[in-house]
This record gives sequence, C-alpha cells and structure tokens, in this order.
Amino acid sequence: MRPLTPRRVAWICAGLGAVLFAAAVISLRMGAYPISVTDIVRTLFSGVIGRWDDIPSGYKSVVFEIRLPRILLGILVGASLSTAGCGFQALLRNPLADPYVLGVSSGAALGAITSLIVAPHTPGAIQLAAFAGAAATTAAVYFLGRRGGQLDSATLLLAGIVAASFLSAIIMFLMTTLSGRDLRGMAFWLMGDLGSTLPTNPLPWFEGLFLVFVLAAGAIYATSSDLNLILTGEQEARHLGVNVHRVKLVVYISASVLTGLAVSVSGTIGYVGLLVPHVMRMMFGTDYRLLIPTSAIGGAILVVLADTLARSIVSPTELPVGAMTALAGAPVFIYLMRRRVR
Amino acid sequence: MNAVTGSGGPAASPAIMVPRTGGVRLKVEQASYAYAATDRSAPKFTLGPTSFEAHQRELVAILGPNASGKSTLLTLLAGMARPLSGRIEVDGVEVSMLDLRTRAQRIALVQQESELLFPLRVWEYVLQGRYPYGKRLRFESEQDCLLAGNALAQVGADALRDRWMDQLSGGEKQRVILARALAQQPSLLLLDEPTQHLDIGGKVELLRRLRRLADESRYTVLVVTHELNLAAEFSDRIVLLHKGKCLRVGTPAEVYDRALLEEVFEAPLEVEMRESGRPRVILGGNH
Repeated sequence: MRPLTPRRVAWICAGLGAVLFAAAVISLRMGAYPISVTDIVRTLFSGVIGRWDDIPSGYKSVVFEIRLPRILLGILVGASLSTAGCGFQALLRNPLADPYVLGVSSGAALGAITSLIVAPHTPGAIQLAAFAGAAATTAAVYFLGRRGGQLDSATLLLAGIVAASFLSAIIMFLMTTLSGRDLRGMAFWLMGDLGSTLPTNPLPWFEGLFLVFVLAAGAIYATSSDLNLILTGEQEARHLGVNVHRVKLVVYISASVLTGLAVSVSGTIGYVGLLVPHVMRMMFGTDYRLLIPTSAIGGAILVVLADTLARSIVSPTELPVGAMTALAGAPVFIYLMRRRVR
Repeated sequence: MNAVTGSGGPAASPAIMVPRTGGVRLKVEQASYAYAATDRSAPKFTLGPTSFEAHQRELVAILGPNASGKSTLLTLLAGMARPLSGRIEVDGVEVSMLDLRTRAQRIALVQQESELLFPLRVWEYVLQGRYPYGKRLRFESEQDCLLAGNALAQVGADALRDRWMDQLSGGEKQRVILARALAQQPSLLLLDEPTQHLDIGGKVELLRRLRRLADESRYTVLVVTHELNLAAEFSDRIVLLHKGKCLRVGTPAEVYDRALLEEVFEAPLEVEMRESGRPRVILGGNH
C-alpha cells in the first residue's frame, strides 16, 4: 500500500516542469533569427532579475516581445484544455471526453465570433462569450447524451459530434458576413492558432488570463478527491459522503471557463484534453490528485512543442497549431475508441 | 416464542428479541415512502409504514419477493431518500438530518459495484472508504492505511491488496467491497443482495463472515436477500416485506410461518423446525 503523498505530486510536477522549461527553450531557439541556447538562458535570466541593459536589443525584442509571449500563450492554452479534458472525462464518466470532441470548443468559438461581430471592442467580452458558448454546449451535449436517464457513452460522443458540426455551420454562416481580410484570419483562428491574437503589450493581458486559469483549474483540483470516487461510481460516491451535485456543478462551470479561456485566445485546438490526460494516466496512474497537475503541465508541453513545429516545419509559412494536434490526436482517439478504454 | 439457540454467534444470546448490550442502534418508526417518476405523476411504488429496531451485534435480514420494497427500505435506511412519514434513527439521530460525511461515518452501504471507468488496485479501492474522515482535498494518512489494511484482514482479503479490481473473481470482489465499507468504520452495515452472484459456498462464507462481524466487531448488519434458508440460519431478526408492506418482524422462527411464506412467495413451501430452533424452508407439494 503506497498512497499518494503531496511530496510525490510535487516531485513529479517539478520533473515535468523541467521538461516544460526545456520545451520552452527549444521553442525560443527555433525561428528565422538564430539564438544559441546559452544566449537564451542568459537573456531569460537577465530578464527575470530585471537587468534589461545587459540584453542585446535584438535578443530583447525576439525573445521577450515575439517568441516568449507566444510560448506563454501556448502554456496557458495547453494547460487549460488539458485540465478541462480531465474535468469533462470525470463529469461525463467518459475517457474519450474532450472539449473539442464534445463540441464544447465549437460552442466557445461561436460565442467568441459572435462577440467579435456584436461588440468587437469591449474588453473581456470575447472571453465571457466564449465561456457562455462552452457552458451552453456542455449542457446541451449532456442532455442529448442521456438515454433512459443514464449517460450513454456512444450517444454522448455522437451528440458532441452533431453539436460540433451544427455549431460550425453557424460559424461559417457568421463568417460570410466578415470582410475578406478578416475571413482568412478567422479561418486560421478556427483551426487553432497562437500567432494572431497577441496584443502589442501582452503582460497585463496575460496576468488576467492566468488568474482566471488558476481559479478555474484550482476549483477542479479542489474536487480531485471527490472525482476519484465519482469515477468509481456516482451512487457509491454519494454513499461515501461526496456531494455529487455540487462537485459536478463546480467541474462543469470550471471546465467550461477553461475551454472558453483557451478558445477565446487560440481558436479551437483539438484533442489536447484527450491526448494529454491519457498519456499521463499511462505514466502516473488514474488518481486525479496527480492527474490534474501533471495533465496541466503536459498540456502546456504539448501545445508549446506543437506550435514550435507548426511555425518551423514549413518555415517561413506557418501552420495552425490545431492542425498539428489533430494530426497526433485523431489517430489516438480512434485507437482509444477501438480499444474500449478501460 | 421460540428461543433461538442456533450454532455460531447467536447461540450466546438466550432470546433474540431482548435488547442486547449496546442498546438500539437503528430505530425505524412508521417510516413510509412513495416513489414517482415525476413530481406530479401518481406514485409508481409505495412502501407502507414500516417499524422495527436493530441492536448492536445483530444481523437483520430483509426478505421479500421482487418488487416488495426491500431496496426502497434500504435506500431510506442509508439516508439516500427521506421517508415520506415516520422517522429513521441511527444511534439516536435522525438519518436524513446527518450531513453526508457524518452519515458515511455511521452507515456503510454495500451494493453491487458499478463498472470501473479506469483500473484500480484493491488497496486503492479500500482506501476510498476513508474518504468521509477527511477534508475536501485529502491525502491518506498512515492511520488510514492501517485501517484499510485491517479492513482487508477482517474479510480475509489481505493477499488481494495489490491485485487489480477488474481481475478479481465474484467472491473476491464482494469481499473487497465489504472491506471498503468496513474501512468507513460504520456502526451500521447495510448490504443489498450481496449473495446475488456467488455460488453456494461463497454465500455461506459471506453470511458466516457477516455473522462474525456482528458478533465480534459489534456491527449492526442488515442484509437484503432472497436466501430464505441462509437468512434463517444466520440472522437474529427478519423483516418480511410484500408488495410494499411490512408483513411481519421477528425471529426467523416467528416469521417463517408456512401459510405466510406461501402467500408472499407464491410457491408451495414447507417449513420445518430444526433442533437448533431455526426453521428451514423446503419446496413443498408435487412439482
């Protein structure tokens, strides 16, 4: 008997954190303007301790203004989608649940696009609308996925697919109202893109987004003991003292917030919430107290690396990062579905 | 009334209806329930006023044919639903007034386990029984592990602790589920048809184990079952339900009346009294 301890969670997360740092350094190095790893580390260090004068001006703009914000965005989006995936899988008791597969990302995208058309200059409107779209889609898919009062795994996935295609049709319809230049950007964004949304001074923008992430992901993490029991069986969890309704409500709202957050800044990047929790389960087991933080960091690693590939594989042209994650995620989804995941 | 002097644990008590040491654990007073598909539709099923008591170290069997209200009664006892009228008390406190965790510390319900979504080791499963004793986000302490280990030992499943749940046989799984309930350290142990998927050896072993838990570990055990003879052999008290009504409560000898059982189970039955004072039911008539 070797129960999970906070110390073990911390060590594993520290290890994954180191991998994330390495991924970030690799990502900082890749691009048209060559910088050595030593220079990157030195530049980062100087930046962190506030000695800006020591940094050559070329490095400063490439590292701190171009590449690093994009990496931070990748970390935020990857961690959000992955944590949301963990949440949806427990909420719907379905290991194949993921914001993208369930159509929740499309709902968020519809919300975001609607807000861009209706209130393009209101700060925070896009995030709020994306959250509303995500929450409404989750609720719709949840009720459509029920059969005889029970959530049915196959019906749920079908409901998700139908919701996604329906919402995409509405999005297409709305997009025709946009002018040609916006259209290309929007189409790219829909596929999942980290490059187009960054404002010129991203720091305060990031602070707000990271705060929302910490609150929502923290709320899901606070229920991780309960989720472990709910995964064993809702009825049994209730007998063991879990307030199942409250836990589900917390996870439902938080996972929708995280999906809305990710989609509002990066479009619909698919399969991260499916792929990462699955790999983390294979590596570290199914305990949610470990799964949620490892998946968050794992999601960040995946999106940062996928984005690095997306912008360097056919350089100087960029691919949407969503195309990269779909290339990896779709085969894994099919594999899991055929294996009838345990 | 027959004084029950059966073999095993109950032999120690001269007459079962006399309150035992520790007094009343569970008190059901005129508890009734109606179950409807929606709030406005007519009730699909009603459980008429039911009253009985269970004491420390007692094993009570709830008997009845299908759709007689056994599981509904168990749901009420577990506090998962509030009685429409009457009250149900455990250790003097009304069950529906207890908050979820406190209730789980006093009452453990063993049901047929649901399908596990992800694989789980036996020890992880049993440790879940310690959940009611922690705060919201909790990591198990050494004491939790000790208690979970004890629970496994109590059901003779020590050797299974590192096995995967989905690789256990029916009987092994039943023991592990029971161990998780024991890890809750409840005073009241409720079991919903625990013998359902067991062979006869497994059924006897389980009932014997429950009897021992009641006798030695002071649990009050309530078992919903279809097994008339096992119930007669191992229980102190029988609650007989039929079509949502509580027909009789008493010792096996008091409840096992041929005419009554034939009416309830709609089959020709014969009841013979054994030397131990415990009745035995056999299929009667020509078939």
